[in-house]
Amino acid sequence: MDQSLKVTCLHDSHISLGAKMSPFAGFDMPIQYSGIIQEHNAVRNAAGMFDVSHMGEIVVDGPDAEAFVNHVFTNDVRPLAAGGILYGMMCYPDGGVVDDLLVYKEFESGFLLVVNAANIEKDYEWLQQQSEGFEVEIFNDSDSWGQIALQGPASEDALVKAFGLEELRDLEFYTFFDLEDEDGGRVIVSRTGYTGEDGFEIYASPDNIVDLWNLFLEDGITPCGLGCRDTLRFEAGLPLYGDELSPEISPVMAGLSMFCKLDKPEFIGKEAIEKQKAEGVARKIVGIELHDNAIPRAGYPVELEDGTQVGVVTTGYHSISLDKSICFALVDSRYSALGTPLYIRIRKRVFPGEVIKKRFYKTNYKK
Amino acid sequence: MSRIIEGLLYSKSHEWVKVEDGLAVIGVSDFAQSEMGDITYVDLPSEGDEIQAGEEFGALESVKASSDLYSPVSGTVEAVNEELESAPELVNQDAYAAWIIKVRMSDASELESLLDAAAYAKIAE
Repeated sequence: MDQSLKVTCLHDSHISLGAKMSPFAGFDMPIQYSGIIQEHNAVRNAAGMFDVSHMGEIVVDGPDAEAFVNHVFTNDVRPLAAGGILYGMMCYPDGGVVDDLLVYKEFESGFLLVVNAANIEKDYEWLQQQSEGFEVEIFNDSDSWGQIALQGPASEDALVKAFGLEELRDLEFYTFFDLEDEDGGRVIVSRTGYTGEDGFEIYASPDNIVDLWNLFLEDGITPCGLGCRDTLRFEAGLPLYGDELSPEISPVMAGLSMFCKLDKPEFIGKEAIEKQKAEGVARKIVGIELHDNAIPRAGYPVELEDGTQVGVVTTGYHSISLDKSICFALVDSRYSALGTPLYIRIRKRVFPGEVIKKRFYKTNYKK
Repeated sequence: MSRIIEGLLYSKSHEWVKVEDGLAVIGVSDFAQSEMGDITYVDLPSEGDEIQAGEEFGALESVKASSDLYSPVSGTVEAVNEELESAPELVNQDAYAAWIIKVRMSDASELESLLDAAAYAKIAE
């Protein structure tokens, strides 16, 4: 292992479980344990757990916390009750995306921002830079937290069993409970995830996360790596920062403008997003289904029948749950309508396909 | 520990070759399939294609990645294992039974530059 890589609190467990490890966002992370297909199916049909301790947690507190979060965040936290969570983005003034994130509205005061591991430093600096004139404290608390994502239809039962708390069944989608561990440390349990299934994300001290992981292992929960995390989120139509959202791919281009609340008085990027919505964008992220089992991969060209390139694949798989070859691609908006025939160049050959809805898999959230 | 079968020839790019009825039967090693993980697609050439030693003739795809197949010998593709189109997992199940193509060799002396089982064992770990 590259010694400059960081490790999570569960690293020893990954090694002893025989995981295939790989660098991801500066961390040495498990890609798979038993195999991507088996892990993927465990989440769809039962329950799987992911070490997501690499994710970042940034605290925003102080008298102007709400105004500040609403200034940097595309969604609107004003109507959010304590214990509520919102998904959205932080944008640059030109509408490009700094990061996509979850905002947790704390019970006492302030907000917890959960950000992508690769963007922790960038996001923290961005928040610092934008905070002038706001009375806020911004704190990168990422090292204090371990995190497990417990996902799949059996995860509610597994969670209740592990915590011995029936009340956890009452947790609603996109809300969280604050719990205490035996030493008075904080444990956050939210009904959120990145798989298209019902599930939970649990934040606790690194020691407690290790104990909880072992408890879930003893209960037969399947450990799942980043390999199936990507296949699962992809099927559910969820973007990955860097692939379907980036400084060059705005929320409007990604089809995520519903998370940008243009009725807010202002937020960074609002004018650009308004303009993009009004005038349209040159390129959009679409879903494409191939009429063949060949697999479209990120970077492969998307073409018209005459060979003109009109886009590029951003994520693609032979879908495990749907048993067909599908991808997200960034294409010229003129060719983004459902049913548009498009072709993907895979090695030496070109395979025909068509634009389909991006939510490939029918999600099973508990709402 | 991956399996290596005595009597086959191997390439550094992890293909195996067995000469049978004058044809070079080509597949990938057990090491190659275990490194790839679950194989979900095999991109096969067509019968009659001319292929060159050291050049790509197809690909294996796992869930996560694609890996090109390189021909250990030059010649004409005489047969492709069409069973792999619908059952790519056969490569995972037994990489030495799941042959991929059979090639009518244009230069059998190319076999001499391939590795025997002992030599291949040193690079497949």
